[in-house]
Parts: sequence; C-alpha cells; structure tokens
Amino acid sequence: MSILVLAEHHDGALAGATAHVVVAAKEIGGDIDVLVAGENVSAIAEAAAKLDGVSRVCVADHAVYAHQLAEPMGALLAELADDYSHLLAAASTAGKNVLPRVAALKDVAQLSEIITVESADTFKRPIYAGNAIATVQSDDALKVITVRATAFDAVAEGGSAVIEAVDVVADNAQSTFVKEELAESDRPELGAAKVVVSGGRGMGSGDNFKFLEGIADKLGAAIGASRAAVDAGFVPNDMQVGQTGKIVAPELYIAVGISGAIQHLAGMKDSKVIVAINKDEEAPIFQVADYGLVADLFEALPELESKLLGRD
Amino acid sequence: MKVLIAVKRVIDYNVKIRVKPDHSDVDLTNVKMAMNPFCEIAVEEAVRLKEKGVATEVVVASVGPKATQEQLRTALALGADRAVHVETDERVESLGAAKALAKIVEEEQPGLTILGKQAIDTDNNQTGQMLAALTGLPQGTFASAVVVEGEKAKVTREIDGGLQTVELTLPAIVTTDLRLNEPRYAKLPDIMRAKKKPMDVKTPADLGIEVASKVKLVKVEPPAERQGGIKVGSVDELVDKLKNEAKVIS
Repeated sequence: MSILVLAEHHDGALAGATAHVVVAAKEIGGDIDVLVAGENVSAIAEAAAKLDGVSRVCVADHAVYAHQLAEPMGALLAELADDYSHLLAAASTAGKNVLPRVAALKDVAQLSEIITVESADTFKRPIYAGNAIATVQSDDALKVITVRATAFDAVAEGGSAVIEAVDVVADNAQSTFVKEELAESDRPELGAAKVVVSGGRGMGSGDNFKFLEGIADKLGAAIGASRAAVDAGFVPNDMQVGQTGKIVAPELYIAVGISGAIQHLAGMKDSKVIVAINKDEEAPIFQVADYGLVADLFEALPELESKLLGRD
Repeated sequence: MKVLIAVKRVIDYNVKIRVKPDHSDVDLTNVKMAMNPFCEIAVEEAVRLKEKGVATEVVVASVGPKATQEQLRTALALGADRAVHVETDERVESLGAAKALAKIVEEEQPGLTILGKQAIDTDNNQTGQMLAALTGLPQGTFASAVVVEGEKAKVTREIDGGLQTVELTLPAIVTTDLRLNEPRYAKLPDIMRAKKKPMDVKTPADLGIEVASKVKLVKVEPPAERQGGIKVGSVDELVDKLKNEAKVIS
C-alpha cells in the first residue's frame, strides 16, 4: 500500500495538522508520500521532509496552485492518485474543499473526518454532530479520506524524506483568486491550542470578550466562541467552535456563557477537561463539564484572571 | 438564468438521536424530519436571486424516499418554481446524490447550482464538490456571500483563519455556509399554492445511474459518555481543582 498525504500550509509555513494526518497514515501502514502544492513552497517541502515516517515529498510548485483553488488542485491530485491506495488530507476547509472533488473525478466514495483507523479499509467517523460514531468500510481501490487532526497525535520531526518535483501543471480557466481577509491574532491557532477559552451569547457583547483575553493570556489559550456569539456579531466566524465551525480537543476547554447546544458540543466534547461558567444552573453544558461554576461571568471572570498565575 | 438548488430530508436538528439497539444505524422511526438547515439557506439564496431579477427560474431537486416530497413542497412554498424528485429507497450517500444531481444539471442547464455545505446527518460535506467534479464546473464552497456579475460569480468563502473571495465563471456550483443569509419562513398561503406547483418524479434508472452507497456501514455506536462532573462553589475552588486535581494549569 502507498499513501499520499496532501500537505496543509498557510502563509509559507507547513500547518501543524499535516503531522497529525501522517500519524493516521502510519496507522494505515505503507509508504507515505506527502504532496506540497502551491507557489514558492520549497521551505514548506523541506519542513514536510522532516516529518517522521514520510518517505518522499512531492512538490508541485506553480502559480496555478497558489491559494490551492479546488479546480487545479483536484486535477493535480486526480492525476497523481493512480499510484496510491489511499489519499489523505486534514479535515480543514482546504482539505474538505478539494478531496471530494478528487474522489468524484476518480469515481470513488470519500470518507470524511475519520477519528480512528480500524484497518486499511475500515475507519470510524462521527455522524449526527458527533452523537453517533459510525464504523465504515470502503472497498474502493482508492480510498479518499479526510482526517480529524485532533483525533490523532502529531509525528515527531527527525525524518529525512527525498524531495522530488512533480511536473503536472493543471490548467484552470474557471476560477481566479480575488482576495483573502484573514483575522489577525497573536494567540495560538484555535485548532491546535492546548487551552481554549470560549464565550457565548451570555458574554452580552463583543466588547465583553476582553474579559476572556486576560485569562487567555495567562493560560496561553486561544479564544473561541459559540455560534450564538458569532451570529450576534460579537466576534468573527473563524472563532466559532462547533459542528459548523472548528472541532477542538484541547487539554482544557473553558466555556463561558455558553448553554451547550448539541451543535456546540460536537465541536468540543473531546476536550480532556471541560469547565463551564454559567449563571443558569440548568444549562446543558453542565452535563458535560468536569467542573461547573454557577456564577455571573462578569464577577467570576475578573476573579479567575486575578487568581491565575501568569505565564512567563 | 436558471438556478438549481438541492435539498435533503434529514432528522430535525433539535432532535436528540437514538442509536438502534442492534447498532445497525440511527433509529429514524417516528422521528421528526425536516429540511437540512444548510439547504434552507440554499433555497433562500436562490429565492433572493430571483427577487433581484438575477434568477429567472428556481428549480429544486432532491434524492430520497417518497417522503422527501414534503421537503420539496417546503422549498416550493419558500419560492422555488418547480421540483424534481429522484425517488429511491436505497441508502444514498454523497457520490450517488452527486451523480443524480449531475444528470439534472445536464438536463436543466442551470447557470448556478446551490447546495448546502453539509447535511447534519452524515456530516460528509462532499456532495457539492463531487457535483462540481462530475459536471466539470468550478466550485465555490462554504459561501458567505455570492454576487453574480454577468458571466461570473464572486463567491466569498469561509476558510480557516478568515475569508477568501474567488471569482468563478458561470455555470458554477456553490455550497452555502451558515452566514450566507437568514432563511425566511413559509407563509400559509404560499404553502397552499406550493401544492399546485409542478413536481417531476424520476427514478435513478430513468437517469441511467446507480445511487446506492458503496461504503458499507458496519456499525453505529453511541459516543463514549463523559464522566459526570462536579459543581464547584467558588472561583478559588475551581482554580484549586484545575491545578491539583485535573492538573491542567500550573
């Protein structure tokens, strides 16, 4: 068996998710190649070559792959896929955008967001917003799979894979990149943070999210939000945790003013420790929280901040 | 320009699901069903395009058992002009649905086809992308804004870290994200009128395709239950527990 992993990268750097996907690939077993596609991606290819367990890094470096638009990326992957039994990518917006396109081009099914590798053809994946876990088996010759990064550890560095250029140049007359507006943040990436502090509708306003910032700074945490907080315009949508936002599984998740709707729980209930701060003691979030504090968040948050030790 | 929308009948998003005792699947008997929330957003967007004069006709399609016609009627009540139902009792997943929709795209030749980004039952997030591949059309997934300008559509997409805008040549496939719009409710007179709107019923065989899922569903289990937690009485107690019991902060 041989496995092709599509590297995830942003702003000229290899994204952490790739190292998690390689672990899923190792559990399947076989030779692991990583594809780095984009424009001016040699530094990313070098970073991918260091991932433990990777035997070869294929580099498709061309302007047509800049911004990884689905149309040329789909064509590229469909061309390369014939040499592989498995094609894997992170279940990120980039992976979700392109992999189903490749699967349909190859007339095979896709398995989305797997959380466990049972065998080379059998996997577990959550369905119904994480309220059921399906074991699925595919007998397609090519298995196209997206991997929930938080369900797998990351491989260490220390590998020294061969780097080879791929000279497949897809043409694309159908889509063009116009612009990107990325949210500025000095905090850790939400999907990879060890601690996440999230606010919900109970925060009352966007300004009140500053009550979370002090705590996030002291814990080195990322700040998230529920859909209610995003829809109310308190914070931008890339902060949303849930079925329709990001799936996180940090060591510590602090939910503040979040009731705990099914859709939110789908995004965070695999966190190691969950803390809920809510003034409504009946809120469903308390059913999944390891530690619950029934309190007014505007009193509890400043007190919590003052009692946490700052990080150096 | 004709706009095609695809809708799916799914379990109502407020229902707490039950796994069947034999672990073969989720139990859907006597459970409230509804239109998938992302599909409602697709319907709303198509109807808005019609209200703006961009769309001349809105056609709604769905693949599934006979009961799926309820959701097609809902879309007609919301403003779609006519419906195409591909009737099947097979377990259909994304590739099968995309193949059926690709045939409908071929027949109807819509300028724009709009789907939800994912169905809340299978959580696959595949059908729109697969439809784009099968029809050879460009795709604008996870759209939070769609602007049609002549022969092109500018689609703003929700990506990890922010927003990305791409320009697609029409015809194109778009999948909706939650923030694209706020769907309207169907009014009673419109629900009555929708009963008279045309509904074309076909079978996968009529379209010359097979829709049954090729992925075998081996087992469905409830997720591991979390251990019931405790309520603490004060912030001091919370900090103490996190430090000394859970050991997640220093």
